[in-house]
Amino acid sequence: MSDGMFPESIEAVQQALAAHDYVAERSLATTIFLALRMRRPLFLEGEPGVGKTEVAKVLARMLRVPLIRLQCYEGLDVHTAVYEWNYARQLLEIRLAEASGQVDRNRLLAEIFSPDFLIARPLLQAVQQSRDGQAPVLLIDELDRSDEEFEAFLLELLSDFQISIPELGTVRAEVPPVVVITSNRTREIHDALKRRCLYYWVEYPSFEKELAIVRRRVPGLAEQLARQVVAFVQALRQEDLYKPPGVAETLDWAEALLALDRSELDAATVSETLGALLKYRDDVELVQRPEVQTRLLETARTRGT
Amino acid sequence: MRTGGDIAARIVAFAQALRRAGLVIGTDQVLDALQAVALVGVARREDVRQALFSVFVRRQSEAALFDQLFRLFWQGRSPIPEELAALLPRSPVPPTPPPGMARALEALHPERPRAEVSEAAEEVELVLTYSADEVLRHKDFAQMTAEEEAAVRAFLRTLRWPLPPRRTRRWQSGARRGRPDLRRTLRRALRHQGEVLRLAMRLPRSKPRPLVVLCDISGSMERYSRLLLHFLHAITGGLRRVESFVFGTRLTRITRQLRLRDVDVALAEVGRTVQDWSGGTRIGETLRTFNYRWLRRVLPASGVVLIISDGLDRGDPELLAREMARLSRSCYRLIWLNPLLRYEHYRPLTRGMRAALPYIDHFLPVHNLASLEQLGRLLASLDRRTPGTVVAE
Repeated sequence: MSDGMFPESIEAVQQALAAHDYVAERSLATTIFLALRMRRPLFLEGEPGVGKTEVAKVLARMLRVPLIRLQCYEGLDVHTAVYEWNYARQLLEIRLAEASGQVDRNRLLAEIFSPDFLIARPLLQAVQQSRDGQAPVLLIDELDRSDEEFEAFLLELLSDFQISIPELGTVRAEVPPVVVITSNRTREIHDALKRRCLYYWVEYPSFEKELAIVRRRVPGLAEQLARQVVAFVQALRQEDLYKPPGVAETLDWAEALLALDRSELDAATVSETLGALLKYRDDVELVQRPEVQTRLLETARTRGT
Repeated sequence: MRTGGDIAARIVAFAQALRRAGLVIGTDQVLDALQAVALVGVARREDVRQALFSVFVRRQSEAALFDQLFRLFWQGRSPIPEELAALLPRSPVPPTPPPGMARALEALHPERPRAEVSEAAEEVELVLTYSADEVLRHKDFAQMTAEEEAAVRAFLRTLRWPLPPRRTRRWQSGARRGRPDLRRTLRRALRHQGEVLRLAMRLPRSKPRPLVVLCDISGSMERYSRLLLHFLHAITGGLRRVESFVFGTRLTRITRQLRLRDVDVALAEVGRTVQDWSGGTRIGETLRTFNYRWLRRVLPASGVVLIISDGLDRGDPELLAREMARLSRSCYRLIWLNPLLRYEHYRPLTRGMRAALPYIDHFLPVHNLASLEQLGRLLASLDRRTPGTVVAE
């Protein structure tokens, strides 16, 4: 991929994102612009549900390249993240060669350790694809869930984008893939890794931004209800909740209300549909309290009209 | 904002100012910053700010400091860096011991044993080799003389805390058990012209469980606090993943302080950090703070929680019950250590203790060495899925 494929300016990034249904502040557009031009990984941190993963998805659509996703978890190791040999097939191949009576050991070895028998996992896929001139977007999701050993490996990979496979040699990315790393901050990521990245803290969207997102993603929703929904969720995030609703929850709720064909928020509607918004019983109980609900509805109505 | 060659010098000076304010910035980042500003151009102040932010800032907590400095620095008149330094707010980065301190401490205390729970060991053995005098073992911490206390502290330092390991999704080679390991089988087969003589096997690898300790330091616990902190320091040094908090009316995380190797230095640091020594207790609110703020950061579902408290609580028992319920759902085992359990006739009748009891897996005393040994045995046997041992119901 040449630089020509990347947007020329911050405005161009912002427009391209908008064209793919992602409403981005100028600050985010600036950081994305820099990440693309400086070929640096983009490190997105923020509360769950603010739309970090979405950035990677929309970047892939915007650049018209594939998205490769590596979901991190505790115990993630090199064999699930980078590559693995297809051992079953290799063993079968050895048996077949034996059965046909022609065992040239060296040739057999070379054969079974050829790319045909290699299973590329996300990181190798990303490096391989970038060699074919189509650097993908590589999403390393929720890095905070992996353990330190994996982080250290990643540090190495991100610095030169090459992977060495003892039997095959080194696979090197011709153009570094566009890397997006997300973290929910369940633990701190090591500074050495962050230093290689461009940092961006993703906030909950502002009222205007969230309204714009709802309008784009749930187009059928009446304008007044959309405003009320967003105002309600924004007020809700100010409450003392165990898990404040993210943007995805706002969209779920908006869709639920659309499906129920409501035109305005009222106490009954909120009670019926709260499950789309809140995922913990304590939180639901808190919002069900009459005085809290009245306060939230009041805010929603005033801001929403 | 002026343009031209001037800008590079200004960015370098800005980086220096940030460094002085406590941000860690390497030369490579300064180069990145130059490139980033060149890319976004200097036409809009906001873009320059964002470009520098994304290169220099590593965590959201640094954002406020960055903003303040940026505003000061890029105003029309530019103070020279030295003047600027005088204007700087104090670094938000928590003070760390002077470099070399850790190593100096290590050099002074090289013999501190580290727990090595053998991964393959079938039976986790509790190592309590010290044949402590029976009297000392059963003497109440609260009634010890200074000498006896010193002996206990020395003993605590020799203890190993065997938390049973937990299976992970990683693998290790097993001799004859487990599942076929095709990778190793094939490697071996290649040595024999591709003949598979024997299947190699693999077993899930284990890892020690993380431990979270919440220790009460309110007035009623005062006589125990000192030795319990020694105990906390001992397990922090002995286990790989321990997070420690103390609470009275508020919750304080002391993990970082306890990691200091020298116990006296560590406890002095704890003393400086904690604000509410020997005050009242609000367990419910403390647990709520823990649940909301720390639970998902420091406690994976595989973790073990240790609460050390006498349960004399002035707070709302309903809140306590609710937060205990949440905590017990979020961890592997919830253990409550209560020094009052030493009294034969103690019944957990206080409102706080009654509210907490239904959510506790194990309820144990903690007032002498024998009770700590009991805790060690319990920790070692946690994985055997025995029903909760509730002592002194």
